[in-house]
Amino acid sequence: MSEVVKARKSAGPDPGQQFVKAYRIMLSARVLEEKLAALYRAGKIKGGVFLGRGQEALSVSVGIHLHQGDIFAPLIRDQAGRMAFGDTILDTLRTYLGSSLGSMRGRDGNIHRGRPREGYYAMISHLGAMIPTVAGGLLARRFRGEHGVVGATCLGDGGTSTGAFHEGLNAAAVERLPLVVVVANNQYAYSTPNTRQFACADLVDKAIGYGVAGHKVDATDLEACLKTVGGAIAAARAGGGPQLIVGDLLRLVGHGEHDPGKYIDPKLRKQHVGRDCLEVAGAVIVEKGWATKEDLAQWRAEVKAEVNTTANRVSREPEPDPGEEDWCAVSNRELEDNFA
Amino acid sequence: MSVTYLEAIKAAQDKALADDHRVFIYGQDVGNFGGAFKATEGLAQKYPGRVLDSPLSEDAIMGMAIGAAIEGARPIVEMQFADFSTCGLNQIINHAATLYYRTGVNCPIVVRLPSGGTPGGGPFHSQSMEALYAHYPGLFVVTPATVEDAYSMLLGALEIEDPVIFCEHKFLYNHLKADSLPTESLPIGKARIARPGRDATIVTHSAMLHEALAAAEEIAADGFQVEVVDLRSVKPLDTDTVLASVARTGRLLCVSEAFPWGSVCAEVIARVTAEGFGLLDAAPQRLNAKDTPIPYHPALWGTHRPTASAVASAARQLLKG
Ligand SMILES: Cc1ncc(C[n+]2csc(CCOP(=O)(O)OP(=O)(O)O)c2C)c(N)n1
Repeated sequence: MSEVVKARKSAGPDPGQQFVKAYRIMLSARVLEEKLAALYRAGKIKGGVFLGRGQEALSVSVGIHLHQGDIFAPLIRDQAGRMAFGDTILDTLRTYLGSSLGSMRGRDGNIHRGRPREGYYAMISHLGAMIPTVAGGLLARRFRGEHGVVGATCLGDGGTSTGAFHEGLNAAAVERLPLVVVVANNQYAYSTPNTRQFACADLVDKAIGYGVAGHKVDATDLEACLKTVGGAIAAARAGGGPQLIVGDLLRLVGHGEHDPGKYIDPKLRKQHVGRDCLEVAGAVIVEKGWATKEDLAQWRAEVKAEVNTTANRVSREPEPDPGEEDWCAVSNRELEDNFA
Repeated sequence: MSVTYLEAIKAAQDKALADDHRVFIYGQDVGNFGGAFKATEGLAQKYPGRVLDSPLSEDAIMGMAIGAAIEGARPIVEMQFADFSTCGLNQIINHAATLYYRTGVNCPIVVRLPSGGTPGGGPFHSQSMEALYAHYPGLFVVTPATVEDAYSMLLGALEIEDPVIFCEHKFLYNHLKADSLPTESLPIGKARIARPGRDATIVTHSAMLHEALAAAEEIAADGFQVEVVDLRSVKPLDTDTVLASVARTGRLLCVSEAFPWGSVCAEVIARVTAEGFGLLDAAPQRLNAKDTPIPYHPALWGTHRPTASAVASAARQLLKG
């Protein structure tokens, strides 16, 4: 760690410190996902692998501004946000590799993991579905007299076309719930470009239709993301009702590791929107003198070592055993007995 | 004093709201208006802030209920008509039904579905969805046929830590009356012998119970005693009580108001033939609604769904076989 960062750390929180913390989480997410991709190519992962490459800045900004006791329902490309909210390298690898010790016990996998009791909701595949779910969680918190909590969920540009997005945002707005919906407008939904996804000028305009505060951000810029997302989360926390944030960026990989993403227009990669947020943020750190290039390389090497050690450990853990599985979908065993 | 089926449902919700501060009711027009059928009338005034009008958004209603349940609340959702629950189907079958299995976190939700046909209800206000929901692991599906069951099974459903689809029948709302509400009741998951008999068994549930009982009465004049089993709950399905009845009578007719393909009747007959083939003296029969959308005109509707006389003639056929 550079002397400047050490000095600032002891001087208390400042924007540089938060930026560096966010960067290091982004880096961990990136390195972990590189490992997941390698494991996928080696045939070691049970299902699909979906990467958040290029989306780390927006995602981490959500997780980093949430407090313990808040609700977070991340989506496919939110490895960075998940880690900022407390998810670990260990549990990520356990879930992807199908270890029975993972939070989902092999019953669900990869991006569908969560620990709902800790406010970390486990997404279902159906896009948009987590918006009303988080809203309901917030409603229950309100019934309990809890104030100052926030619920956040993320989705892509494709997800904004679902009924659940409209219904959920509208219902949350009616109740003025502290819900923050973060849209990663990564230009494609699977292979479908924005031009075939929506006809409005800008997705953030949808906020007006629901009576919701709308925010727009350049999601290749970590500093802008931290500021915009942090501001929106603070506004929701202070009672400002639902917030919609739209971050513009480019998905730098295919939809999943099975998809080479050939449909991505190469011109987009050369534009501002196609910048790699991790590289951009790293350059800012070096430029501001918060750390050196060597520090950055060292951080990467540290995470890589941790990821590799953890992957080796997890690969020796037991897989779920069908003989031990109770094959019961309800908690009420007495009634379940009648199902036979 | 006399209580209707609808009043029993309201009374159960009133008791639940009074007894358990975690309970709240969410649905279209359930607040000051008291619900399209008045099943929540007066409750918003009595429990301020706990009986909430929702927007016209079945998907959001169910999603909100699931989130609230994750956080420890006990939501009762009123779907205005069972038919519209299909707009919330994704949240029910993919989210509520899978939550416990996937995450170990309970999803204690009661979804009230005003179900079944009424004269003039037509294709979109008359459907019986119990087989659809019973298809999915992780959901309980109950179909009370009496005032007493409407009350006690709704309270029972609220005690279950898993999602319960509560199919209440609209035709019964103001049609059925009981002298009083029960203090004791059969648990959810148990079927009931609604009328004992020795010559044939009719297995049924919900509003068809009353058609089956009328049919049994009619056939009694011919000298046959038909046993009527009220399933009460569709999932769990009390196969033991059904098999015990078939063991006594040797003949089975299953009657349900739903469409025939993959209906509750299909499931009951599959189980009885698999587990009790040797008990049968004749091929088991079923009687369902016709395999068309539910017609609007009362004359067509009255023929579309099984009636007491249709049940009686199916039972007479079975007794001949
Ligand atoms: C309701 C629904 N329909 C279809 C899918 C299949 N699907 C999974 S991801 C995806 C594309 C999503 O695009 P977007 O919301 O823009 O997110 P991105 O993948 O670009 O991050 C599709 C079509 C789904 N998960 N849910």
